[in-house]
Amino acid sequence: MDAVDGNAIGGLLQQVFGREMTTTETVCGTCGTSRQVAELAVYAHAPGTVVRCPSCDSVLMVFVTMHDRTCVDLMGLAALG
Amino acid sequence: MAGTALRGRLTWQLAKVVAVTAETASVRTIAVDVPEWPGHQAGQHVDIRLTDEDGYMAERSYSIASAPGEPVALTVERIDDGEVSPYLTDELRAGDSLELRGPIGGYFVWEPEDAGPLLLLAGGSGIVPLRSILRHRERSGSSVPVRLLYSARTLDDVIYQGELDNRAARVEVVYTLTRHQPPGWSGYARRVDPAMLAEVAWPARMTPLAYVCGPTSFVEAASQALVRSGYQPGLVKTERFGGTGGS
Amino acid sequence: MSPVSRGFHRRRQDSAENAGRVPPGQYVTKDFPVLSAGPTPHTPLDGWNFSVGRPGRQRTWNWAEFRDLPSEDVTVDIHCVTKWTKLDTAWQGVSVDTLLDLAGHDGPFAMAHCDGGYTTNLPVEDLTGGKAWVAYAYGGQPLEPEHGGPARLLVPHLYFWKSAKWVRGLEFMDTDEPGFWENYGYHIYGDPWREQRYAGD
Repeated sequence: MDAVDGNAIGGLLQQVFGREMTTTETVCGTCGTSRQVAELAVYAHAPGTVVRCPSCDSVLMVFVTMHDRTCVDLMGLAALG
Repeated sequence: MAGTALRGRLTWQLAKVVAVTAETASVRTIAVDVPEWPGHQAGQHVDIRLTDEDGYMAERSYSIASAPGEPVALTVERIDDGEVSPYLTDELRAGDSLELRGPIGGYFVWEPEDAGPLLLLAGGSGIVPLRSILRHRERSGSSVPVRLLYSARTLDDVIYQGELDNRAARVEVVYTLTRHQPPGWSGYARRVDPAMLAEVAWPARMTPLAYVCGPTSFVEAASQALVRSGYQPGLVKTERFGGTGGS
Repeated sequence: MSPVSRGFHRRRQDSAENAGRVPPGQYVTKDFPVLSAGPTPHTPLDGWNFSVGRPGRQRTWNWAEFRDLPSEDVTVDIHCVTKWTKLDTAWQGVSVDTLLDLAGHDGPFAMAHCDGGYTTNLPVEDLTGGKAWVAYAYGGQPLEPEHGGPARLLVPHLYFWKSAKWVRGLEFMDTDEPGFWENYGYHIYGDPWREQRYAGD
């Protein structure tokens, strides 16, 4: 299954952060590449949603929904917004 | 600009299906009435949620096919063996309820104030948000030059063909049919590639604004080709529908 | 509960004869869904090897050596934490018992390491006693990359995220360190019969 991009999780992001996030700038914590959320690689067919850097494949964000709560891990980002 | 569409938390709303119209053998446009709809921008999408009797839920995203100011319409392609799309194209009917949230998206959107010329690249069902952009351009009276390159498997798979052909005087539309061409076809008959873009796309020196939408492999190939031809990366907007274009 | 969508049913293949084979909260599917946390690796066989042990003291097999090991054909039911269950899946691979007989046991826990960086942790007890394989064929065909080929771990008695795709080795550990999904909140053990999907379940 091909990756999609940050556009596909626009609804999830708006739910989690309370606002539109797809134009938000991100910086990869591993390779330093800067991209808007919409341009990140999204793997949404997993036990969770994994967002990776298109340049180096590092994990930037992970969303897991469990028992009606969504947990977010942003440790792979050097910057968000 | 639909500012309220970008603020605040999204909530699931119950929309009412007004009509389901066939576009092609496997594609339907679903017109819905959304009671608390705040308006939308061209290029945005909605999330749809289906629930069965056991409480099992399936969610998918679909681009809004209509322009800002028009009633919300979604165009859905039936994916064989899909879990959601066959329900939307074959089962859903006028009078049914449909849970949705939106509008969503602030990146893949177009406004008449955006500088052109405008290049739209559509792969398969990637035409849907681009059609919203074309309708918005028309309804707003914008005269920004626009070219659409639309890649489809066959002519029968082209969505909105009548509408696109009717606009031929004001919008340059170029088709490429990748799997099968009708007798006498003199147009392109292969996947979008740099040579085709060199002939069809606005030259990079015009600093065009490009929107590329469709399956991931299509978007990757086409957007990379544009950037290599000199398009500014920040002016090439991409929306990937995944390997199967969503099911 | 959300309003029911008239006429919508998920695809399922439930029947009385499957009763007892379907863990709680699961539904039976005929498909084989592909779930991935990252891009599919494509490791050429001449660059592939499999290691068991600890850093500095491992037993390693290249592809030819691995394929020379005694293999088994097994048919098992598999259960994904995303709620689908697939019955009677047919695999061919090397039993982890065989690998540990050759490499030795060197700790109570193991971390599976994979191309692409995926990891998952398991007690060694759950990898032995005929409960786990390193599988390189599915349905009589070489395992496709999207399903974990050249080889994946197969541990059917636990949720399928423990059956790590693109597996390249088992590293012994003294403690049960969490792997990729366990780190993000999934259950450290993952028994589908006790519905251990998330930490704390």
